[in-house]
Amino acid sequence: MEVSRHWRLRTQRYSLVGEICPNCGVKLFPPRDVCLECEAPAKELFTFTGLGEVYSYTTIYDAPAGFERYVPYTVALVKLAEGPLVTAQLTDVAAEDVQMGMPVEMVTRKLTEDGPEGMIVYGYKFRPISLTA
Amino acid sequence: MNDTQNSLMKTDKPVGIVGYGAYVPRFRLPASEVSKMWTGGTGGVPIQEKAVNGLDEDVVSMSIEAARNALNRAEIDPQLIRAVWVGSESHPYAVKPTSTIVAEAIGAVPHTQAADWEFACKAGTEAMQAAIGFVGSGMARYALSIGMDTAQGRPGDALEYTAAAGGAAILIGSAAEAVAIIEASYSFVTDTPDFWRRAHAQYPSHGDRFTGEPAYFKHIMGAAEALLTGLERTAADYQWAIFHQPNAKFPERAAEMLGFSKAQIQPGLLSPRIGNTYAGSAVIGLTATLDIAQPGDLILMVSYGSGAGSDAFSFRVTDHILAVRDRAPKTEEYITRRQLIDYATYTRYRDKLKMA
Repeated sequence: MEVSRHWRLRTQRYSLVGEICPNCGVKLFPPRDVCLECEAPAKELFTFTGLGEVYSYTTIYDAPAGFERYVPYTVALVKLAEGPLVTAQLTDVAAEDVQMGMPVEMVTRKLTEDGPEGMIVYGYKFRPISLTA
Repeated sequence: MNDTQNSLMKTDKPVGIVGYGAYVPRFRLPASEVSKMWTGGTGGVPIQEKAVNGLDEDVVSMSIEAARNALNRAEIDPQLIRAVWVGSESHPYAVKPTSTIVAEAIGAVPHTQAADWEFACKAGTEAMQAAIGFVGSGMARYALSIGMDTAQGRPGDALEYTAAAGGAAILIGSAAEAVAIIEASYSFVTDTPDFWRRAHAQYPSHGDRFTGEPAYFKHIMGAAEALLTGLERTAADYQWAIFHQPNAKFPERAAEMLGFSKAQIQPGLLSPRIGNTYAGSAVIGLTATLDIAQPGDLILMVSYGSGAGSDAFSFRVTDHILAVRDRAPKTEEYITRRQLIDYATYTRYRDKLKMA
């Protein structure tokens, strides 16, 4: 496992920190340093609220390496309230209960681990909004 | 003890709880499932059901959610937090702090202290007491203490019925901003080998009945009586009390011995519905109580950690509680958000199946 690569991504992974374009105001996730709309440099950090809705989804039964222990699990395209589409796992929900348009919120969960002695990787997942406040 | 008045632990500057947040994972294992597996369903069970963490949850992820709830209530800049301290006996790493991951996720890094605490079931209140001292001395404006666990229960052992997952985050700051002012605390500790887990051991060992009188009750009573005597109070002065809850029976009996009624401990007595959340047990009882307490109420909390010791705290709830408590999900919402699982699912979620 590339420890340094995961370490470099920790801020965006733990708390959905992306960027905002100072020129046109578009919010970017993941951060790319260049605005996708107007191509202006965009390095100003922006923390997303973590609220969004399921745009589309699929359920994984044959997982890639590192994710086998979690099957079956659902991966969704989540449309964040601020605009960007993010690919992420859904959690705290059964596959049959997922619907397009379902409101979701970001939580930080365990994504994978490099075996019993390796690094544990944490990051964003989304769950249905069921708690108030 | 001749001079408990002087030995009460009080801060130079008045401090209090400025934010609090609970977390309970959504899975529940009914005690009847454990009984069915190991005793053929005969015999009594100590609780109804216990909370179980899912495959993608551990003390890090659970602490992050509780901490975010505490921050949402306090509405402070996380950069002002000068300590993030997590007490647990289920830290995911033996070496590599839980607390740095939590601090990073809530935006408290890099100008902060971070450390993991360990003292069986009282690691959370130990972190809290340190946070009180840190803020009370003027070293920090805010300090975050967390008690969180995904407790280990050996298959077939008496503790498998209760060893549960959950906990709470308590943000300490100045009394002027507090939802509950900390009047004083008191710690009572001896070398008592009632329960332990050796390095690299997967499950804890315990002294069966030895965990009662010389362990739980001696230390709970020692800390609680010294605190009450020092404050010149009795149980009747308090609206609410929380005692560490390894089951339902122990805290009920401790309450009775100290003169507290069942009504006084009811809001914070969560073990029948979520089990023993170890380092989270007393502090999540506190968050449940803060969710219903009224301004002016007095709350007593007494933790217990095997090995052994107790921390007792006296809180006075302020008017601020009414403005703050609806800013994050209440403890009760996490408890009622539940999905029952059977013993087979539990063995998978808790890695009890050895695949190779």
